[in-house]
Amino acid sequence: MAVAARKASRSDAVPSAVKSRAARKAQSSAQKKGVASFTKEEDLFAYREMLLIRRFEEKAGQMYGMGLIGGFCHLYIGQEAVVVGMQMATKEGDQVITGYRDHGHMLACGMDAKGVMAELTGRRGGYSKGKGGSMHMFSKEKNFYGGHGIVGAQVSLGTGIAFANRYRKNDAVCLTYFGDGAANQGQVYESFNMAELWKLPVVYIIENNRYAMGTAVSRASAQTDFSKRGASFNIPGEQVDGMDVRAVKAAGERAIEWARSGKGPYILEMQTYRYRGHSMSDPAKYRSKDEVQRMREEHDPIEQVRRRLIDQWKLSEDELKAVDAKVREIVNEAAEFATNDPEPDAAELYTDVLR
Amino acid sequence: MPRMTMIEAIRSAIDIAMERDRRVVVFGEDVGYFGGVFRCTAGLQQKYGRTRCFDTPISELGIVGTAIGMAAYGLKPCVEVQFADYVYPAYDQIVSEAARIRYRSNGQFTCPIVIRMPSGGGIFGGQTHSQSPEALFTHVCGLKVVVPSNPRDAKGLLIAAIDDPDPVIFFEPKRLYNGPFDGHHERPVTPWSRHPLGEVDAGHFTVPLGKAEVRRKGDSVTVLAYGTMVYVAEAAAEETGIDAEIIDLRTLLPLDLDCIVESVRKTGRCVVVHEATLTSGFGAELAALVQEHCFYHLEAPVGRVTGWDTPYPHAQEWDYFPGPARVGEALVRAMEA
Repeated sequence: MAVAARKASRSDAVPSAVKSRAARKAQSSAQKKGVASFTKEEDLFAYREMLLIRRFEEKAGQMYGMGLIGGFCHLYIGQEAVVVGMQMATKEGDQVITGYRDHGHMLACGMDAKGVMAELTGRRGGYSKGKGGSMHMFSKEKNFYGGHGIVGAQVSLGTGIAFANRYRKNDAVCLTYFGDGAANQGQVYESFNMAELWKLPVVYIIENNRYAMGTAVSRASAQTDFSKRGASFNIPGEQVDGMDVRAVKAAGERAIEWARSGKGPYILEMQTYRYRGHSMSDPAKYRSKDEVQRMREEHDPIEQVRRRLIDQWKLSEDELKAVDAKVREIVNEAAEFATNDPEPDAAELYTDVLR
Repeated sequence: MPRMTMIEAIRSAIDIAMERDRRVVVFGEDVGYFGGVFRCTAGLQQKYGRTRCFDTPISELGIVGTAIGMAAYGLKPCVEVQFADYVYPAYDQIVSEAARIRYRSNGQFTCPIVIRMPSGGGIFGGQTHSQSPEALFTHVCGLKVVVPSNPRDAKGLLIAAIDDPDPVIFFEPKRLYNGPFDGHHERPVTPWSRHPLGEVDAGHFTVPLGKAEVRRKGDSVTVLAYGTMVYVAEAAAEETGIDAEIIDLRTLLPLDLDCIVESVRKTGRCVVVHEATLTSGFGAELAALVQEHCFYHLEAPVGRVTGWDTPYPHAQEWDYFPGPARVGEALVRAMEA
């Protein structure tokens, strides 16, 4: 365990990239650019978005504890910078698809907090009328393609969405998210091969939060540098500090530009961390309290931006409080809606099985 | 005799199998260090070491495929697929390799593996954590399919499955892990410690594959059930006052047809119950067999009570789940016919 943690933190310190020619080129351009600093507006935007996800997830955790949410619920707390930074690098029309730890992605895609929370509580106002639950919801309007409960299954789908982009000759890129655990599923590599073979506009974002459910990366992965997982297909990749929203956005821009310009897929390994257990029933005994505490204290993605807002942008306590209050209001409204909205009619059971 | 939950009984079975036979190896996602998400393998890595009980990547195809290779060369893998809903990536290996290697190698190679997987709903798991895909395996010749309904059977059947020379798909109805859930979700479940079937011999014993058990003697109507539905059927019989004979099939392949036929010829009525969807479910096979073998004894059509033909819904779990009310209605219909 301790060895695993040390290994992981060592690789944190030295981001590396695969050694294909394409990747070297991408990496050198990354190094030249470094971590771009944010404008005040960007920092404020990122802060608000990340805080919304965190407060939403905290509320979801509470509501789970109160029995309002049943079954499965995987919280994104700790990983907020990944999806927020990536969304800041996208443009209108780009698609997003992810696995089961999906609430943050939906909020970052602009989906309504009320609809997401009501899906968690299984109410008719939920994005899938309550029939999907925490892991299974979608929004065509926001180009969000789910929410998938089977580990790794969405990777092939994201590749197909990218194929459709190419086929339809739009210039959209599909952001395909999965975790370090999913990265060991076979279909991921079938997808990698096809994506590079056909130069599909897809960015594979591996959210490496160090634990595949209860199993540490080093106990389940022969190659723990996930940015290299596309090497044998000539897909460039890089490791990114996934706790720093600026680094995420900068890497996201490089990767998306690569994919959009017709060069094919790109892999971003986001080195991140989930503070909570894998799901609500996981006490997370496979790691030390110190490890979690250290990540929270030294690397928290929201705290990093908050410090900049105070130190660099001289935001007052009141201004920050106003942002916090607005976020809380959205989350409280969502919780209230999700608590009071009725359950779907029994007749709804048979709708949308087939047309 | 010690009292065990179904989880403890399964753990005890694996423990005994590992103790008795060094060829038994146990692996799967979170199975080693963590002891399994449902704790069925807790402590086994500490006891037997990391070469005999270990974690795998999240890779069901890989887990099952390597298990088949191990088995072909003399090991006896007992692997866990974390939820039955996750088994589909491994389906090709199970169908095309595990089930057929004996046949196509002229009996030179065999595949003595056990694939354990928690199945069934009732835990708000939604469509990817609630399914009962047994019919996808009962349709494949070359496999055995087991569904225990209590700790005693779970242990005895699992030891028998590990001993068995052929591949066994071992479903563990997860709603039964801690007690005999009868579909009354609004009431607390009696823990196994207060149920006679929670009494489990601590040592080695087997429950033979292919043997059903009559769980409630009755004269009016035969109920064919397995897993969670055994208790739902018991509750339905209790609540309707109908003298049902409830048969717990325990293994679907091989099926104890003699037990079924004997009972239906006696009662003249039959209701088949399962949690999986209706169309092409295992109940269809049961209904066909009953009419083939008992046609001239039947006084009513064979009824089926199952999950609806929809994905397992998140919000309407209890509308989907074939609870005691629905089973009771089917019993009444069978009696009125």
